[in-house]
Amino acid sequence: MSLKPPLLTRRRLLASAAAGLSLISTGAYARVLDGTAPWQPFAANPPEQGWTGTWRFFNEAEARTIGAMADRMIPADDLSVSGREAGCAEFIDGQLAGSYGTGEKLYMQGPFKEGTPEQGDQLPWTMAERYRMGLASLSEYCRKTYSNEFADLDGETQDEVLSGLETGDIALSPIPSKTLFSDILNNVMEGFFADPLYGGNRDMASWKMLGFPGARYDYRPYLMKYNEKLDLEPVSMAGRAAWQTEATQ
Amino acid sequence: MKPVLIAALLAGTAAHAQDFNAVEKGRKLAITADCAACHTGDAGEFAGGVPLETPFGTLVGSNITPDQATGIGRWTKEEFRRAVKSGKAADGHLLYPAMPYTDYANMTDADVDAIFDYLQTVPAVHNEVEENQLPFPLNMRVALYGWNLVNQTDATYETNPDKSEEWNKGRYIVMGPGHCAACHSPRNLTGGEKTGDDFLTGATLENWHAPDITADPRLGVGGWSEDEIIAYLKTGHNAYDTASGPMAEEVALSSSKWSDGDLASVAAYLKEGEVDAPASAKAPDPLDAQSASMQAGAAIYGDRCSACHAADGEGVAGLYPKLSGAPLVMADDPTSLGRVVLAGSQAGATAAAPTGPVMPSFGATLDNAQVAAVLDYIRNSWGNAAPAVDTGDMASLRKDLQTQ
Amino acid sequence: MTGPAKRLPHTDAVVIGLGWAGSIIAKEMVDAGLEVVGLERGGWIETGVDFNINTAPDELRYARRQELMLQTVQNTVTARNNSAQEALPMRKWGSFHPGNGTGGAGLHWAGITWRFQPEEFRLASYLSEKYGDEVDPNLTLQDWGTDWSEMEPAYDYFERIAGVSGKAGNINGEILAGGNPFEGARTRDYPTGPTIPTYAPKLFAQVAEDLGYKPFHTPSSILSEAYTNIYGMQMGPCTYCGFCTNYGCANLSKASAITCVLPALVRQQGFTARTRSEVLKIETDSNGSKATGVTFVDSDGQEWFQPADIVVSAAFTFENVRLMLLSGIGTPYDPATGKGQTGRNYCYQTANNVRLFFDDKEFNSFIGGGAIGMAIDETNNDNFDHSGLGFVGGGSTRVGPIGAPPIGSRPVPEGTPKWGSKWKQATTENYNRSMSIGCESSSYAQRGNYLSLDPNYKDRLGRPLLRVTFDFPENDLRMSQYVTDKIEEIGRAMNPRSIERNAMTGHWNTVPYQSSHVVGGFVMGADPETSGTNKYLQSWQVPNLFVVGANAFPQNPGYNPTGTVGALAVKAAWAITRDYLKAPHQPLVQA
Repeated sequence: MSLKPPLLTRRRLLASAAAGLSLISTGAYARVLDGTAPWQPFAANPPEQGWTGTWRFFNEAEARTIGAMADRMIPADDLSVSGREAGCAEFIDGQLAGSYGTGEKLYMQGPFKEGTPEQGDQLPWTMAERYRMGLASLSEYCRKTYSNEFADLDGETQDEVLSGLETGDIALSPIPSKTLFSDILNNVMEGFFADPLYGGNRDMASWKMLGFPGARYDYRPYLMKYNEKLDLEPVSMAGRAAWQTEATQ
Repeated sequence: MKPVLIAALLAGTAAHAQDFNAVEKGRKLAITADCAACHTGDAGEFAGGVPLETPFGTLVGSNITPDQATGIGRWTKEEFRRAVKSGKAADGHLLYPAMPYTDYANMTDADVDAIFDYLQTVPAVHNEVEENQLPFPLNMRVALYGWNLVNQTDATYETNPDKSEEWNKGRYIVMGPGHCAACHSPRNLTGGEKTGDDFLTGATLENWHAPDITADPRLGVGGWSEDEIIAYLKTGHNAYDTASGPMAEEVALSSSKWSDGDLASVAAYLKEGEVDAPASAKAPDPLDAQSASMQAGAAIYGDRCSACHAADGEGVAGLYPKLSGAPLVMADDPTSLGRVVLAGSQAGATAAAPTGPVMPSFGATLDNAQVAAVLDYIRNSWGNAAPAVDTGDMASLRKDLQTQ
Repeated sequence: MTGPAKRLPHTDAVVIGLGWAGSIIAKEMVDAGLEVVGLERGGWIETGVDFNINTAPDELRYARRQELMLQTVQNTVTARNNSAQEALPMRKWGSFHPGNGTGGAGLHWAGITWRFQPEEFRLASYLSEKYGDEVDPNLTLQDWGTDWSEMEPAYDYFERIAGVSGKAGNINGEILAGGNPFEGARTRDYPTGPTIPTYAPKLFAQVAEDLGYKPFHTPSSILSEAYTNIYGMQMGPCTYCGFCTNYGCANLSKASAITCVLPALVRQQGFTARTRSEVLKIETDSNGSKATGVTFVDSDGQEWFQPADIVVSAAFTFENVRLMLLSGIGTPYDPATGKGQTGRNYCYQTANNVRLFFDDKEFNSFIGGGAIGMAIDETNNDNFDHSGLGFVGGGSTRVGPIGAPPIGSRPVPEGTPKWGSKWKQATTENYNRSMSIGCESSSYAQRGNYLSLDPNYKDRLGRPLLRVTFDFPENDLRMSQYVTDKIEEIGRAMNPRSIERNAMTGHWNTVPYQSSHVVGGFVMGADPETSGTNKYLQSWQVPNLFVVGANAFPQNPGYNPTGTVGALAVKAAWAITRDYLKAPHQPLVQA
């Protein structure tokens, strides 16, 4: 489709404002542009939706396993709540239900061959497939070895299993255990440290732990405070407590 | 434009060599009067078809090319003059007052004639326009007789001999072809422009607030230097303000093309103001900085607004409007402020200032109370003072903007 | 595909890619009165919409999910370390980050804006004169065919498009305190003053100065102050938000084609942009010596032919080279014989750093921006005597906090577990107490490193992917050890609790990010046998084709490339508007 947006004029601005409800952004379609750069009221390019409040990818057992793993990878202590409590499983669910899970932005054409370590990940499966198959084979391993699901093992045993996956000592198929472990660790850390907008990092727990001030955009007032701990309250893309007014619902 | 003119002259039919000056004068006046804003749409230059939203419904600009059937090709000078200055079309039907004829009434006959001469040289376009898309009973033109009775002043513009030639020239442009009052003067219940003490004191149309442009130093442009007024009209921005919405379009189509002399005259007039203008109203007390709304507003401002407008509200000259001391920020009516926060805004771009920076939309991030809070904060910080913004007003503004 | 290509109306010039190079050349041509169509593979990007300040500081979206990068499903490259291996596709970007959409890779860049040194433009001759046989014969260094007198005005002009912030070290031969004493003589200072260093670079500069180095502000297209450029485009001052490299800038303080060129250009008569339009091929006449236009495909799969008198290929290095290979421009390079222009002298950048951990410092490293920081240049290029060292080249040493969003920025000492209580404790303790000193080092060409079309893997349109065959030359690995020794010395003088050394070793690895500074493949030069274009970026074979970008570098010095890409764009634009138009279709340099 090649569409030529008309010059925005004072009068037409009003007529076109209704279209502002549909979000224009970088646009998925070809456009021809000349004259004024295109813009409409309410134009925005919002982030892809992550966690929506309901499980969209994991089944209950998978969600329990990921939550249990997040509890061991990021244990609760004086520094912060645990990875599960921070919402890491919810975060990962939102990611796997979206374009990260489907791999739709990645080159997935074959032939798939195992290359050198320098040639990077050549597995033929999307992240969603890796989780589904990987968690199934982990479940099978735990039931066979411990007659129990991972989530029902004691903490020490869970750590042993995680270490076995990390080193590759526990063999899983078809998703290699090291790959499964590094994908999960990677995503748990993303969930713990990403903006709470995506379902993890609840109450900005990790940012408070580190002293990271979050989605702020102007540090000029603090620039010259060399070697001073700033202790700035973190800000999410959705705001922070200090934004609330009495009238705000 | 030029090749058309030259072709017309060479053809020796529509215009004679001695008419060149009148036609060129008319061309410039048509820019000052911003005829294109309503009369130039997709069908071609001055061929009409541009919809104009009014509080009463949609009106559409007419075809004013010299087309015999659908334009003004058969009109006489006198008929054109009557339409522009009195709102009566050649066939006698009354024009809707979206056509700012109560302002154009202040123009001299010679100036209106020059526009007519010029319009007769533009390419004729056959384009039938249904001007009247108002709902019943407003589509009854007969109602306009009553409107004109109340609102048409039949002005006979007079210069003020006590004032400078510059001031008088500026005043003529403002009151006549520039038709500034069409947006910047409040309207009475029938939609007519208020005059007298209310002249140019600001008005809200189409969910934009056209601010006070009297010489009032706090709410008007009296605190601006003449250079700042000129910069605003020429480029769409100065330290205080960036033209957006309808004004951005006015700058692009009209005032950015005014001569330096015209700009200087308008600036001199606006800066000095009207004779006998009312004294500046006393500034209200600023809101209590400790109030919940101001506190929330301060946090939002620091986290989201200061990266452009700066912590001290000084902005960046020519790019991000200065909020401190800005008349529009302190205007009683916060509609424009609420609008740009909710829906965002694209500043007009001109050849001289092509950036056209976009104020991002905060509608998805801030709720109505938070919009009111951040507006309270900018309206009552750094020496600013203005009445509290009502959350309900922001809610209805949001609704209006989203359903438009 | 939906049927045969539809023919569009003729235009004077068509420009492929609306990043820095394409936008500048298009602007200059339109200013000169030409009618220009700009084709962009990605979308039109508007700061206030796409980088709305509410959603711009999003590490997951931009740094992790790489939203501003080309998606590999659109196009990627295959990679291998040597010709004996089978190349495999990069399914996810790692080593480098090609861009997508208006602004290109110069949108999510760091903004570090060097001028190369005068000797660089005749590097092969210079090093041979100075070191003779000492230079490793495996290197295939080449001169650029141009010189400082031609480059300096172009650099100056680009700096006034981007508004570069910095402090001159050499104006007309006079060495100025506080600037880079090793830079080539410039005719005037930077258009804006230097940015303010945060704590880590401040500390680094103090210690380096005590050791006898001459630290200076890293030249930055992240602006220190408001600026109006030569096209009338206005920029704001940087707020040190720390969401910079990999991100778009919400407040117009990072220079790019979208902040400095395109909004002015798109409103000019004579320019039309077509976005989501990917060029398939540069079309030539029957004997391949004249470009007739380009064929492109839009997002609906409709193919179009855009006829034009001038074709400017200004895509990213990889796509410029691939387009030349797909269009039969130049002879494909053969590493066995060393012959052929297209694909030769592919080079990269050799990244080295040392990481320092302290107990008594609070760096607040979340404050910063891509090019904010301090640098020294004693370690770079031929700024030190290489006699007897066994290598040539070097790198610019810099400390620059680009920000520290914590998914990606959680430095912990080596040996720390990757999860569990100990991991968490170490992460928290070190988050704000670590800094690194980087040395962005040279990458020199050798015969076996080159670009070609992959025989096995195709893009979504069925065209072969570009194949990268690359490994670090021995010369560069020796250089890495040497410069890392130097920065380690400085690091130790800063008295950290511990220091970790990361000199480049082993094979080029596609997985970890190193830099997007991929250069060469269709280089400029004075000899049509060994270069694709003359010094005006004009194709030797097709005189109405200009190929502009880092693909023109015969090798890469120890500097970030964008300043030179901008200067080459200016140089090409001037050649077209000032000289070429007087005698169209004629070579500006006789072969």
